[in-house]
Amino acid sequence: MKFSGIQKIWSEWEKEIPDDHWFYVRSCIRQNFFPASERRYLDIVRGNLGRDIFEHPEHTTCGGIAYHNECIPQLTQMTIVGRQFSIMTESGYSNYVCSCVTSFGLYCEALNTWKEHPEIEAMVREKLWESCHREFEIPKSLVHASDLIYHLRHEIGAKAVHKLTNANTGEPLRVVDHVGCHYAKMFPTKGVGGAEYPHVLSGMVEAWGGESIDYPERRHCCGYGFRQYHIKENRGYCVSNTHKKLESMEPYHPDFIITNCPGCAYFLDRWQYVIAHQTRHTYGGPGQGIPVLTFEEAAGLVLGYDPWDLGLQMHQVAVEPLLDKMGVPYDPAKKYLGTNGKAIPRPELPSIIRCC
Amino acid sequence: MINKNIVIVGGGPAGLEAARTLRNAGLTPILLEGSDRLGGHLLEWDSLFPSNQKASEVLESLTADLEGIKWFTNSKVEEISRIKDIYLVRTSSGYTFQANAVLLTTGFSLFNATLKQELGYGIYDRVITNADMERYFATGEHPCIHEPKTIGFVHCVGSRDEKICNRACSKVCCATAIKQACHIKEKFPLAQVYCFYMDLRMFGRGWEDMYYNAQTKYGIRFVRGRVCEVSEGMDATLNIKAEDTLLGKPIRMKMDLLVLMSGIRPRKDTEDIASNLHIELGTDGFYSPRDPFIRTNESSNEGIFLAGTCTGPATLPETFSSARSAAARIIEYLESK
Repeated sequence: MKFSGIQKIWSEWEKEIPDDHWFYVRSCIRQNFFPASERRYLDIVRGNLGRDIFEHPEHTTCGGIAYHNECIPQLTQMTIVGRQFSIMTESGYSNYVCSCVTSFGLYCEALNTWKEHPEIEAMVREKLWESCHREFEIPKSLVHASDLIYHLRHEIGAKAVHKLTNANTGEPLRVVDHVGCHYAKMFPTKGVGGAEYPHVLSGMVEAWGGESIDYPERRHCCGYGFRQYHIKENRGYCVSNTHKKLESMEPYHPDFIITNCPGCAYFLDRWQYVIAHQTRHTYGGPGQGIPVLTFEEAAGLVLGYDPWDLGLQMHQVAVEPLLDKMGVPYDPAKKYLGTNGKAIPRPELPSIIRCC
Repeated sequence: MINKNIVIVGGGPAGLEAARTLRNAGLTPILLEGSDRLGGHLLEWDSLFPSNQKASEVLESLTADLEGIKWFTNSKVEEISRIKDIYLVRTSSGYTFQANAVLLTTGFSLFNATLKQELGYGIYDRVITNADMERYFATGEHPCIHEPKTIGFVHCVGSRDEKICNRACSKVCCATAIKQACHIKEKFPLAQVYCFYMDLRMFGRGWEDMYYNAQTKYGIRFVRGRVCEVSEGMDATLNIKAEDTLLGKPIRMKMDLLVLMSGIRPRKDTEDIASNLHIELGTDGFYSPRDPFIRTNESSNEGIFLAGTCTGPATLPETFSSARSAAARIIEYLESK
């Protein structure tokens, strides 16, 4: 790969990301799969980086899962988007940041649809007023949560407690990224670095001392694909796509996978256990998987957060080998303690792949 | 009429042929070329389909006798203005020429294949274009061509593609791909060569024979479908994803070399020149003739004539014919004045 070629693309696909004052909306599924990611994201942006980021308790789903499963029509989905924007407007913000890649794609789709067809925007406004007497302004800026961390990556790097390096050798960790399909594949100009060679995650990895590894199936879907997973009969197809990705990245011996999409992090992590059962093969060496981190978790580790406060105990694939490599201290005894210090239920641990 | 001035803008095949024709008719055309050499795209091509004649031989015969033609290289046209029936053509070399007629033979640009990011040109070493391949044929050297075992040719790169806002066919890429596929197979007989095509538009004389020979004599495999993604493996081989629309299945293959058939696009300065001269452009971005049947060499502005690929994709014989007919039309025009 010619780095000069990639740099040229990155320079042509820059994205304007405002520096402060954000209205934040959460992801439906990330809160369930990796609940600490979003909480720590707010802590990082507010506490570590001193930015104003606000979330409102009345914000809801964007409707993406229902829309992509054809349970609700686009007009309904866009009316939900209009309601989200109305809460932003009422809260006094105009920079919108969303946690979910699918939501990001849908917000882009709605804004683009309204731009091309103002009559649809007028209809959405009418429906929103009819249903809940709300009005909204179009956000001045719409970004994904990973865009904001990309924008602030050097500030995070400057405050780094742990770099993405091997604490013993000083060598950069080898990191493979997976960018969610809806981040830029639908609207390439909306993604940092475009759709084919996005820089949003690799930029973070490099800024924090790691080495970003290119691998053949980098652009392939993680397998989630909504109807591939949500329709039970299709789940084999979902696993087979994840399998393709893992097979493709395995020869590069990555230290971990970084993702910016709720579903991708989940499936790349969980399916490693399923594939281990099906094929007796693990991708991080005998009995070991490749740890999967959300970008918030990676930022949190770099900034010195306790791994269990970042929710890394919620991962299927054991993160301890990665923590050891990075020299991140952790107390195994506290892994399954809740935030109140009391023990939370321990998961049943499989023997085929290491989970702790 | 002998005192009438004709300025030809563009020293490629069309410009050279028109200049020769006008000169042979007793006129003294002025030929302006923006680059430092006459010849246009012929300079970059090794051989020409369907006969495989060397491009350099054709160019030599075009430039062998330029006596009676005033030609200037490094003379990019910066402005063309009109005072009554006279055009004033100002060049980057500081000269201004008076002309009773101006012939535009500004040619085309090859599509910038880096814009099809998914195909990896400019990113992966082993992804090259048709122009790179011609350079390799001419010099025998390319840092990434070492006994390739699997070679793919991707047709219609930058042509017939709504994604890059060009619906038009480039007309010559199918034949060029097949010519290059056969040529590379001759160099590397053990290589397996694939052509990924949408439709094979082999309309020219002798072209269908090329296609037939490519299959029967050279064993080139034709896959009807587009390549949608290229990535690089650990050993720098290319992993491609494509669709075989005849099988109705997505396919994946490993390639040692991928050749992108960059299509024919209007030059960047076409719009500026058109705006300067108040001549019309087609929806494809090329100059529009006054009418598409009879007055194909006339622009919408009197005294401004058109020839060659500045009016759209054309084969080399079509380009020469267009140049000669433009010359004839210019003579008629000047005689009527």
